[in-house]
Amino acid sequence: MTRYIAQRTFSLIPVLIGVTLLVFLVMQLAPGDPAQIMLGPKATETSLAQLRHELGLDQPLHVQYVRWLTRVLQGNWGRSIQLKREVLPFILERFRNTAYLTILAALFACSVGVPAGILSAVRQYSLSDHMAMVLALVGFSMPIFWLGIILQIVLGLKVGILPVSGMRSPERTDLVDLINHLILPSLTLAAGVTAIIARMTRSSMLEVIRQDYIRTARSKGLRERLIISRHALKNALIPVITVVGLQVGYLLGGDVFAEIVFSYPGIGLAMVNGILARDFPLVQGAILLVATSYVLVNLAVDITYAYLDPRIRYG
Amino acid sequence: MDSNCVKSTHPKAADARYKVQHVTEVEPSVQVRSPTQQALRRLRRDRMAVASAIFLLLMVIISILAPVLAPRDPTETNLSQRLAPPATPGYPLGADDLGRDILSRLIWGGRISLLVGFSAVLVAMILGVLVGLVGGYFGGWLDSLIMRLIDILLAFPAILLAIAIVASLGPGLQNAMLAISIVGIPYYARIVRGSVLSLREQEFVYAARIIGVPDFRILTRHVLPNCLGPLIVAATLDVGWMIMIAAGLSFLGLGAQPPTAEWGVMLSQGRQFIRSALHISILPGAAIFLVVLALNLLGDGLRDALDPRLRE
Repeated sequence: MTRYIAQRTFSLIPVLIGVTLLVFLVMQLAPGDPAQIMLGPKATETSLAQLRHELGLDQPLHVQYVRWLTRVLQGNWGRSIQLKREVLPFILERFRNTAYLTILAALFACSVGVPAGILSAVRQYSLSDHMAMVLALVGFSMPIFWLGIILQIVLGLKVGILPVSGMRSPERTDLVDLINHLILPSLTLAAGVTAIIARMTRSSMLEVIRQDYIRTARSKGLRERLIISRHALKNALIPVITVVGLQVGYLLGGDVFAEIVFSYPGIGLAMVNGILARDFPLVQGAILLVATSYVLVNLAVDITYAYLDPRIRYG
Repeated sequence: MDSNCVKSTHPKAADARYKVQHVTEVEPSVQVRSPTQQALRRLRRDRMAVASAIFLLLMVIISILAPVLAPRDPTETNLSQRLAPPATPGYPLGADDLGRDILSRLIWGGRISLLVGFSAVLVAMILGVLVGLVGGYFGGWLDSLIMRLIDILLAFPAILLAIAIVASLGPGLQNAMLAISIVGIPYYARIVRGSVLSLREQEFVYAARIIGVPDFRILTRHVLPNCLGPLIVAATLDVGWMIMIAAGLSFLGLGAQPPTAEWGVMLSQGRQFIRSALHISILPGAAIFLVVLALNLLGDGLRDALDPRLRE
């Protein structure tokens, strides 16, 4: 197991280098001169040239990349043009808020999606199975930003029980207030993932309950409930874990829409505002942070998978 | 791929001989159906998939005929009809904050969304297929290089990668389209590469190689047709996904720009009026939802029809 973890971790190094290279290039290709953006339209040619030299923009691309990467690794992620402050502490703070949102959404998606999938599989072709699968299809066909607006209208404005924007009410710092603010955006974000998890759990469960060892369990007279919960579930959930891992990517991307709709101060909101304001250091940092965290989550998922299914480790 | 799929890819000459044989040897009452015909028959029995296909066809026709069908110019403003509710005379679905006809804007917006969805998938598929075929068939360092590049693209959450590319190219519909196309490439490359790796080892490919068929011809005539099933399913599901993401980028202000009649733009502009005029933001969202739902239903139906073994 240790060997597998070590192997898997080392294989990430080229991927992470690739990710940094891509993030670097994407921002390099962006139109506009950073020096011009920083100094504004009134800047003189000499001051522009001086700033370009200070920023290293007059160097060849590969030199710039190595310098940039060194600075990133040292924790110097540059200064935001728009906010006039260090990028790293700002996006870390925003990322923490995003983490609350995505973790809550993931918890919701698993706690609804997995039981729904099991129930559907156990009662295949029943009314509840059909209903659940129709709901699942609706769930992942629904644009996040539209669902968010609908929830905002129905639960926020009409019923009026939940706050429809922001992260905290003024002058409140308690957990209840935070959770109240998190409910609608995380439900919005969770809908699509819940649907995918439910479908995956159902098909995985259906496959498992047709296997011989389940028939053996049935023929020796075990109760159905016990067969499902003790014997079938353990194997059925293994592929579901991979799907949950992949869906973290969907959560981290879709999170941008949920944050915009609910004006939630996470990293997605910061990123979109950064793009519209052409604040490249901020955008670059935000993309790098989210992508890196996605890579690390996938590593964790792979390791969990290998732990649960030894065939992966020795395969 | 099962063996009867393989048969369908024999060169035409062999195929003709095969049919002649049947005419003479098999009793006339036995109908021989090609795998494609069998799949179509299965698809026709799936009522949801058929209904979705009809709905989508209708949407395509409406989009093509938008200049004729739309009752008004989608950008024509009429401040006297500001925020008019649905069923206002002359404005069947109401008007937005500038008094523009929502029905006309939806019709024109469908044109953009469908065009973006289909062309982005087409571009992603062509490039992905090319990369996957070459990597899978030739193997070696080229394949390793391609797979590493694909790993890097897949290391990003898809939506984030699209946003990053738009950030680099600058907001706009064309750039958004390009961005979602690039995001789609690795998925197609993976599907094709996987199929090619298993096909490469099959006897009919060996046979073709032994009799000296050039690589290009083997790839296009023998290997590619056998990857089509999963590709068609993925592409159908993908059109919906790309329509959703393109509208999403416009919603964020990174795709189509106002005053363009585009579903994401309409939704984003309608948000300011959710207290007073709900329909402005609900209707374009519903349009996106219905099209995506139909594409998902059709994609599921196609998957079951093309590979009946997958059906539970």
